[in-house]
Amino acid sequence: MRIRLKIWRQENEHEPGKMMSYTLEDINPHMSFLEMLDTLNEQLLKDGTRPVEFDHDCREGICGQCGIMINGRAHGPLKNTTTCQLHMRTFTDNEEIIIEPFRASAFPVKCDLKIDRSAFDRVIQSGGFIAVNTGQAPEANSIPIGSPEVEAAFDAAACIGCGACVAVCKNSSAALFTSAKIAHLALLPQGQIEAQTRVRNMVNQMDKEGFGHCSNTEACEVECPQQISVLHIARMNYEYNKAQILKK
Amino acid sequence: MLDAKIPAGPLEEKWNYYKTHAKLVNPANRRKLDVIVVGAGLAGSSIAASLGEMGYNVKCFCFQDTPRRAHSVAAQGGVNACKNYKNDGDSVYRMFYDTIKGGDFRAREGNVYRLAACSASLIDQAVAQGVPFGREYGGYLNNRSFGGVQVSRTFYARGQTGQQLLQGAYQALMRQVGAGNVQLFARHEMLDLVVIEKKARGIIVRNMDTGALERHGAHAVVLATGGFGKIYYLSTLAMGCNGSAIWRAHKRGAFMANPSWTQIHPTSLPQSGEYQSKLTLMSESLRNDGRIWVPVNKDEQREPNQIPEEERDYYLERRYPAFGNLSPRDIASRAAKERIDAGFGIGPLKNAVYLDFSRAIKDQGEDKIRKKYGNLFRMYEKITGVNAYLEPMRISPAAHFSMGGLWVDYELMTTIPGLFALGEANFADHGANRLGANSLLQASIDGYFIAPYTMANYLADEIKAGPIDVRHAAFAAAEENVQQQLHLLMGIQGNLSADHFHKALGKILYDKCGLSRSKDGLEKAISDIVALREEFWQRLYVPGGYAINSELEKAGRVADYLELGELMCYDALTRNESCGAHFRTEYQTPEGEAMRNDQDFSFISAWEWTGAGKSPLLHKEPLHFEFVTPTVRSYK
Repeated sequence: MRIRLKIWRQENEHEPGKMMSYTLEDINPHMSFLEMLDTLNEQLLKDGTRPVEFDHDCREGICGQCGIMINGRAHGPLKNTTTCQLHMRTFTDNEEIIIEPFRASAFPVKCDLKIDRSAFDRVIQSGGFIAVNTGQAPEANSIPIGSPEVEAAFDAAACIGCGACVAVCKNSSAALFTSAKIAHLALLPQGQIEAQTRVRNMVNQMDKEGFGHCSNTEACEVECPQQISVLHIARMNYEYNKAQILKK
Repeated sequence: MLDAKIPAGPLEEKWNYYKTHAKLVNPANRRKLDVIVVGAGLAGSSIAASLGEMGYNVKCFCFQDTPRRAHSVAAQGGVNACKNYKNDGDSVYRMFYDTIKGGDFRAREGNVYRLAACSASLIDQAVAQGVPFGREYGGYLNNRSFGGVQVSRTFYARGQTGQQLLQGAYQALMRQVGAGNVQLFARHEMLDLVVIEKKARGIIVRNMDTGALERHGAHAVVLATGGFGKIYYLSTLAMGCNGSAIWRAHKRGAFMANPSWTQIHPTSLPQSGEYQSKLTLMSESLRNDGRIWVPVNKDEQREPNQIPEEERDYYLERRYPAFGNLSPRDIASRAAKERIDAGFGIGPLKNAVYLDFSRAIKDQGEDKIRKKYGNLFRMYEKITGVNAYLEPMRISPAAHFSMGGLWVDYELMTTIPGLFALGEANFADHGANRLGANSLLQASIDGYFIAPYTMANYLADEIKAGPIDVRHAAFAAAEENVQQQLHLLMGIQGNLSADHFHKALGKILYDKCGLSRSKDGLEKAISDIVALREEFWQRLYVPGGYAINSELEKAGRVADYLELGELMCYDALTRNESCGAHFRTEYQTPEGEAMRNDQDFSFISAWEWTGAGKSPLLHKEPLHFEFVTPTVRSYK
């Protein structure tokens, strides 16, 4: 198939970027989307021009490193699918595909489609953990947890940290990402001791990083490749309010 | 002579003896000691976090944009641990025996026993961190059986055990970063090791965003950089996985052990075209209900469902009636290759075999199959566009795990004092074939429970060393060395991409140093790799500059692969026997089974770098079996 591409090209963080057009002939519909970009890059390299930089690593949908806006949708048109799991058969012959980086002021563009998501690391550093040192743990079965409770915690823990939720949000809010970690740990007995300091610190850090507020459009859940539910945001708000009321 | 430093005494007392006699560093002195950790997957994050908690000054480096991306994240099935929660007769000894037998008796008894003995603590640690392992309705932890062992000792978090264990370690690491005990350097790649007076004293890294080279000094350096299966280009590994850190350490004096032992996983999705970058793994559990076959006729044109039962060759059931479709990974992969090479492969490239669920669906009903494997069938459809409830899956073998790696002693220290290797980057515990669900285990145990003790034993003698001065001539020389290589790569200005050479190397290795090897093939592979390497240094093209440049990153990695690949072939060539993943066609029984030679090859091959263009030097570490007797692995 023939594919017409418009791709955001930006030399570095400081210089302005622009959309550039490329055409690829003979694209195999079984190719993955990133393999299509590999093919484009091979062609650019043959022409002596700089290939398109994009983030990717595992290419099996679990590492969270890939992520671009494809025709205005985070990770492209399919539901619950990361960019690396998208295939060219989803597109039609001679279709124009517009490719841009995830955009948010907390995610500065570094080069072309590559962005800086280190803000997420700092949100986790502020409290996204259970404070247990190596060696302190009690016997695993001494903390019984009901199967439904642990499955609910898992639903939140499944987040891959790709940032699609931020990219798709009109406020660039990281509420889904942050709340998923808060919910994961708050739903487990091990995580409850620090629940109040955790939620306060993580919410403050999220604000400090320049992410916007949540205005409940729920677009994040629609675009999340891991189907993380917006109900975690409600839990985060509940935990936050509880922590503020009980604050000593 | 290589000394593995395994403590004498009964098997079950070795590690306790070591721990109670190892030197300690008192908390006030830990602040005076700097440690570098390269790699932030399960092994790297767990050692960096543990050392940070203890009060050492830690710097942790990774090439990804955050440690949570490391490829430990992709492990699906589970993690083995001997808890005996099922009351089904598991014990540390049984787990030890299963692992050493699975490795075809090519691992050290002392190391493997320690792995099994420490396994239970990992589950405790992970649960305390909040890892949501599968539970029973009473609230207690569940396990399943995995990889053909007779007990249930595999703990799992849905099909994402690696992701959840990594998050536990990542969160522990982030906590230490937040507390200021660990400095994190994401998007940094290690390009050289600095050795001063025979001790590892630091590294040279490149900031992949700015292109700047940096010097970092420390009293000990840990390499936890994972496996190098990506050398085959098409593999189940992530695109960025590489062997550069361990290879550059090798060129500074660290020996490489058993580098040719690569596990080729039997149930991956086949290559569908030249453009392909990655082979996705389908969980091995599918073989519990799927039947593997190829057509009896070589030039079969019909769709699989049109081929009648009597014209199908269920070759695993035919060759291994006792284990059939559940034969171990090395056996199943080799049998598939045998059929594909003989011309019976299926699919447009004739490079796959069928994995058929029609009988299971008929016997058990589609609902039951959906319940067991629904997510895998969905994943298969997502990638291939084919509904596997209606027609068989196509699968083929893919390079997966490096059993080989840097040679380490019982303390996980390489042949360079002060340089440690953890997780898949070392060679230590899996012998010639790794058992399923043991990789997450080994990475975690190395980082949480072994290296904190053995590194303290080394660091105790470094307290008086004082801060490491990065203005030392050895740092300058190493930085110069890196700078020169980068200039060389950028300066070739040929017309072929790094991927071009990587694919060509992968093809050579798959053909001649993959599932089966022969003397002639390996000799040919060595000369082919040498020729390819020469072409690389003449015709490579790296566009762009020194700041963010994926092509430059790839070029450096492929340059290392082109040397490592040659060493793999030497390693396979000198081992005149078949064991585990290493199958030499000259050494097989008349029925085509592997023939191990304990008389002559019961040793670990440890290779020394002797210089560019020179043959590597082989050192042998003999394996002593005091507690078990090596037997023939039979799955007939």
